[in-house]
This record gives sequence, structure tokens and C-alpha cells, in this order.
Amino acid sequence: MMTTSRLDTVSKIATLVDHFASPLRASHYLGLINPLWTSHKLQARVVDVWDETADARTLTLRPGQGWRRHRAGQHVRVGVARDGMHHTRTYSISSAPERDDGCITITVKAAAAGRVSQHLVRHVPPGSVLSLSSAQGDFTLPEAAPVRPLFITAGSGITPIMSMLRSYALRGDIPDVVHLHYAPHSYDVIFGNELEALAAQHARYNLTRLYTRMNGEADSVRRHFSAEQLQRVCPDWRARDTYACGPQSLLAALETHWREAGNPRRLHLERFHAPWAELSSDAAGGRVRFLKSGLAVESDGRANLLRVAEDAGLNPPHGCRMGICHSCDARLLSGCVRDLRNGRMVDQPDATIQLCVNAAAGNVELDV
Amino acid sequence: MSFPTHLSDAAIEEFGRELDAIRDEVMESRGERDRRYILRLIAIHRGLALGGRFVILASLAFLPEWDHVLAGWTSFLTIIGLGTLMLALAKILENMEIGHNVLHAQWDWMRDPDIQSATWEWDSVCPSDQWKHSHNVMHHTWTNVIGKDRDVGYGMLRVTKQQRWHPFYLLQPLSALVMAALFEWFIALHDLEINRVLARKRSLAQLRAPIRGIGRKVARQGLKDYVLWPALAGPWFLYVLAANAVANVIRNLWTFVIIFCGHFPAGVHYFRVEEIAGETRARWYVRQLLGSCNIEGGRLFHVLSGNLSHQIEHHLFPDMPSNRYPEIAPRVRALCVRYRLPYNTNSLRRQFGSTVSTILRLSLPIGGSAITDGRQRTCRAAGQIG
Repeated sequence: MMTTSRLDTVSKIATLVDHFASPLRASHYLGLINPLWTSHKLQARVVDVWDETADARTLTLRPGQGWRRHRAGQHVRVGVARDGMHHTRTYSISSAPERDDGCITITVKAAAAGRVSQHLVRHVPPGSVLSLSSAQGDFTLPEAAPVRPLFITAGSGITPIMSMLRSYALRGDIPDVVHLHYAPHSYDVIFGNELEALAAQHARYNLTRLYTRMNGEADSVRRHFSAEQLQRVCPDWRARDTYACGPQSLLAALETHWREAGNPRRLHLERFHAPWAELSSDAAGGRVRFLKSGLAVESDGRANLLRVAEDAGLNPPHGCRMGICHSCDARLLSGCVRDLRNGRMVDQPDATIQLCVNAAAGNVELDV
Repeated sequence: MSFPTHLSDAAIEEFGRELDAIRDEVMESRGERDRRYILRLIAIHRGLALGGRFVILASLAFLPEWDHVLAGWTSFLTIIGLGTLMLALAKILENMEIGHNVLHAQWDWMRDPDIQSATWEWDSVCPSDQWKHSHNVMHHTWTNVIGKDRDVGYGMLRVTKQQRWHPFYLLQPLSALVMAALFEWFIALHDLEINRVLARKRSLAQLRAPIRGIGRKVARQGLKDYVLWPALAGPWFLYVLAANAVANVIRNLWTFVIIFCGHFPAGVHYFRVEEIAGETRARWYVRQLLGSCNIEGGRLFHVLSGNLSHQIEHHLFPDMPSNRYPEIAPRVRALCVRYRLPYNTNSLRRQFGSTVSTILRLSLPIGGSAITDGRQRTCRAAGQIG
């Protein structure tokens, strides 16, 4: 444990060393030697890859300087360059916090239209360096009071729960756990063998797997979540704290069920929103919301957003008004805009757009 | 008068559409290769900067006062010279091919949080945000428009007959030299628009915030180059301080030469505000073309010039990644030949020679005939490749 004054001294020395590197920081130069030594941003090296199923891969990451141990169930944002562009996606950590080699694992399923997930699953070899956020999220088990959890997971929704199960196993005491896991086929269960082994070793870990696509269409409905099914697998579900992660449809069904049972506070959900907004190529105009100023106006889809902002009484920074100087760059929070120069659409949340050459294509939210 | 009159409005618009097509094609194809280019360059810069500073420090071990066989003025000066050159090269790369271009938002498309025009700060006494205004907004929007583009002579020099002569310009052979050696300081003060303050068109109060910004930046730059690194040398700090100062001056001279060759060589066109009234995007392209000059050279030269040796391409597409300028230059040039528009390009010696000659001649009240001479020559140059 370092005392405050020693920490103070250390940070003063770090500041002094940074002055040698101005306008950069010493960390930028350290990163040349080893990307994991940087302190201005957190990075992680891929030390191992392991294929869980045909389209899901576990990446073992060694986080660099500045990483703080996660809590089971938390997620990280992972940044990776693909085709020259930096993308970030959120993944649950699937390893236990107690893991002693300082590494974490994320398990990524290649989504059909997921350019980033496909890249992570197929094209990121060991040795690659990814950027990493700190661990975030409150989808975690309470530390103080013991709980009797019911886990409901589907597909790659298993990942945060896996971290909890592994954490229990490493600490040697699995409490009374009921786990209901959905997967399309028996050969498609991420962590299938490990779950089976856990169930065999720990009598109090009660695992039920349901394969939703095994026996054709007719049977499929019966194998998805329903009230009767829950009653059958876990009769005391009302008395348990439920932690669920999976596709939107499953989570919606659970929410309805728990709400109708008058018990919504015992249901804890982890959801990942689809990162892409609906692209509306023929949309012309819409409602433009300027979040910082709290204004909202209608726009006709031909007027550039700088003009729209000015007509609404705002005065965002601007320069050339023709798309060359980037003085009016602003963050697109949601919605879709059309570049008036070439008709190209941008609909990625958090994209930087030039207000003076973009028009609204549908409803738009801007950080202006 | 200086706008090309042989093209009809329709032809100019068509020319603009062809340039738009080149722009769209390149912007669409940006990818991993471009990312690798800028990342490699950044790594080279950092390696050179750190390496240069250590070589400068290491040279102190060869001072004649040490009594080992290798000690002596010759070995000391050779090594400290090498270190200084490395540091100067690093600063040149950082200012030109990296800083200037990052600040033009050429690399924003990568969405790399470390390489963004909004947050990048460069190794120069000029704060990035002020430079983005004086350069990206004032210069690139109003390129070569007399009275609007403050880079025409930088408020100090008379570089075209169209600027009215004033006795002050008699000094310009000297003031240009001073400016060359201290270029980064002139750039830092550029956005203050001091001559407009003197003319009472800008109030002193408006200067307070930018001066504070410059002050902070100067303090950080000065602390690094003239206090901290020299301090590591203990009693020999003066050697390190001098080496750092020389590196800064070498960088200043180089950037001055490259930048002055961009818009001031013979044959370049300047515009009156009336000429650009109601200017379309296509006519803006034509103005950028007529107002900019390229410098010919090898690959290393282009990189060290920040690809401002492709000033024409840079002015047509200021936010296109600079490594693409050499690739599109032949296409832009061929387009100019097809439309019989001048494409002003020449060797560094010729471009800088004519710039120097312009500065010398225009210091006198006689206008000289640089503009008409130059136009004939560049039209010939464009015709040669057709």
C-alpha cells in the first residue's frame, strides 16, 4: 500500500517526465517499445485464440498498464482496426476475476452481418494489440449477501454468466444455482464441455440445456422460453435472483413474465444494443435534435445541418461552409445524415460529421 | 483578368465533376494501407526524435576535455551534428507530413482516438486550434484572394504586383530572411492578425485569449527544448540548448522554403474579391489549381515536404490523406492538359529561385513582370506532357 505522499511524488515525477515529451507524453514513447506500457490509453495483447464453436472464438487478452481487475459479469469495450478504421464493440468478460495470470478472456460470436465480430473471430491472430476500456457494468452478483441465482442465457449470452460460474468454481463453493441455457444445436454450445463438467462436479449447480433448432420448426416453439417451461425447470424461480443475458426477444419475454408476476426487481438483465441505426436511403428530412442546446427543429433534408442549426438560433463553430476546413465537425449521436456532395449516408452513432455538407436523412440527434 | 477565360461555365462545371469523381474514388478506397502508412510515420518520428536527443547527449562524452582517444572537437561536433540533424528531421516530419495533415482532418476517418484533428497538438509554438483557423479556414477557403487570404505574403511581404507597394516592403529581402529563420514564431502570431489591430479593425481585447494560448504553448515548447533536455547535460547544458535551437531553425528554414514554393513562385495566380463573387465549387477548384504550385522531387523529398510538394492536389482536396497525393497527381495533371489549364510544377531550385526573385523585385515600387512571364511558362509546361 502506497501512502498518499508517495503517490503524490510519483505523479509529480510522471508529470515532469511528460514535459520532456511535450506535446506528447512519455507514454507515447514507451508505447513504441511495448504497447502494453502506455498510460495514456489502455491496450491489450491477444496472447491466445481458441475456437469454441464453428463461429465463436475466445480471445485471451493480456491487458496493459492501468487495467484494474473486473467483477464477474462486467463487460469491456474492445477497439480494433478493420480496413483502416477503428471500431469499438462491447463484450462481456468470460474469465473469472480470480484468474491468476493477469489475463482476461472475451468470447466473440461472428454475427452474420457483423463486420467487427467477424474480423475478431477470423482475422485477429495472437500477438495483435487491441485497445481496451476499463471493465464496466453493474450486471454483477452482490458481494455482501449470498444469493441463490437463476441464470437464464442464450447463445453467446452465456459469457458474463460464465465469468460468474468460473469465479464460483475457482473459489471452490458453488451455491445453489439453477442455470437455463438456450442454444440452437447441441454442437453449438459455447463452453459446452466446461458447463457439463461443472454440472458433474458440483451437485448444487443445476444445468438445463435447451436446443431450439434441434428437432425442426414444429418443436422449436416449444423449446423457447415459456412460463410452463420455467415452472418445470425451476419451480422456485420467484424466490431467486435471476440474471439473464441473450437476444432481445428472450429478454423481452422475461421482462414481461417477471412484470406480470409482480417481481421485476429480482430480474437482472444484460443487453447489448445493435450498434447500427436503421438506414433509410430514401428518407428526406426529419426532426433534428440539438442535444446540448435542447432544441429540436424540422428539416427538409436539403438544407445543410449548419444552416438548420443557425436558423434555429444556434451558432455552432464553423469556417468555410463548403466541407474543407472541418471547423464545424460535430458528433452524430443517433440517426442518419446524407453527405450533400455525394449522397453518401452516415448512420453510425458517435461518427464525426461536417455539419456544413450534411443534411438530415430521417430523425437526427446531434451533440451541438 | 487572371481567371482563365477560355473555358465556358459548362466546361468549368464539367472539370469540377471530374475532380469530384477522383476525390470520391480515393476517399472510398481509404483503408488498412493508409493506416499503416501514418502509423509507421508516427513511429519513425518518435524514434528519430528520441534517438536524436540521446545522440546529442551522448556527444558530450566526446568533448575534448575528456582524455580518451576518441575525444576531440572533430568527433564531438560530428556526433552532436548528427543528433541535431536527426532531431531536425523528426521535427520536420512531425510538423509537415504528420501534424499539418492530421490537423487538416486527413486521418479523422480512421476514428483512431489518438489521431484526431480535434485533439492533436503539434511540436510547434503555434497552438493547433489557432493554426486550424488561420490555415484551414482563412487560407484554404480564400486561397490567393488578395485581402482575404492572409497567407499572401503573411502580412509582411509583397509577393504579387496586386499588393499595393509601401516603403515598408523595401526591407523585405531582410524581413524574409528573418521570417525564414523564425518561421514557427511568425506562424504562431499569424492568427492574431496584428496588422488588423494596428489598422483598428480588430480590438486589443480580442487578442487576450489567443495570446494566453500562445503563451502556454510557448512555455511548454521552451521548457522542453531550452530547459529540461539541456538540464540533463548539467554543466554542458549550453551545447544541448544550442543543438535544440539549431534543430528548430533547420525545421523553420525547411518549412519556409516548402511553404513559400506553394503559392509564390512565378506563374501563380492571385484573385480579387470581385472575381470570386458567386463562385461555384468547380470554380473554387479552378482557383485552387491556379493559385498553387507543385515541386518535383523523389519520394523522400515528398514525405519531408509533408507532400506539400503536391500543393495543387492538397489544395483541391485538403482532407484527403497526403500519401494519396502522389498517386492522383498524374491524373490531375492529365485533366489539366485536357482542359488546357496550367499545372504549375517545377524543380525546387526553379520554384524557390523564382520565389526569391519575386520577393527581391517586388520590394521595389516597380511591379516587375513576374505574373505574365510565369503564365506563359506554365502553360508551356502543361502543354509538354499533352
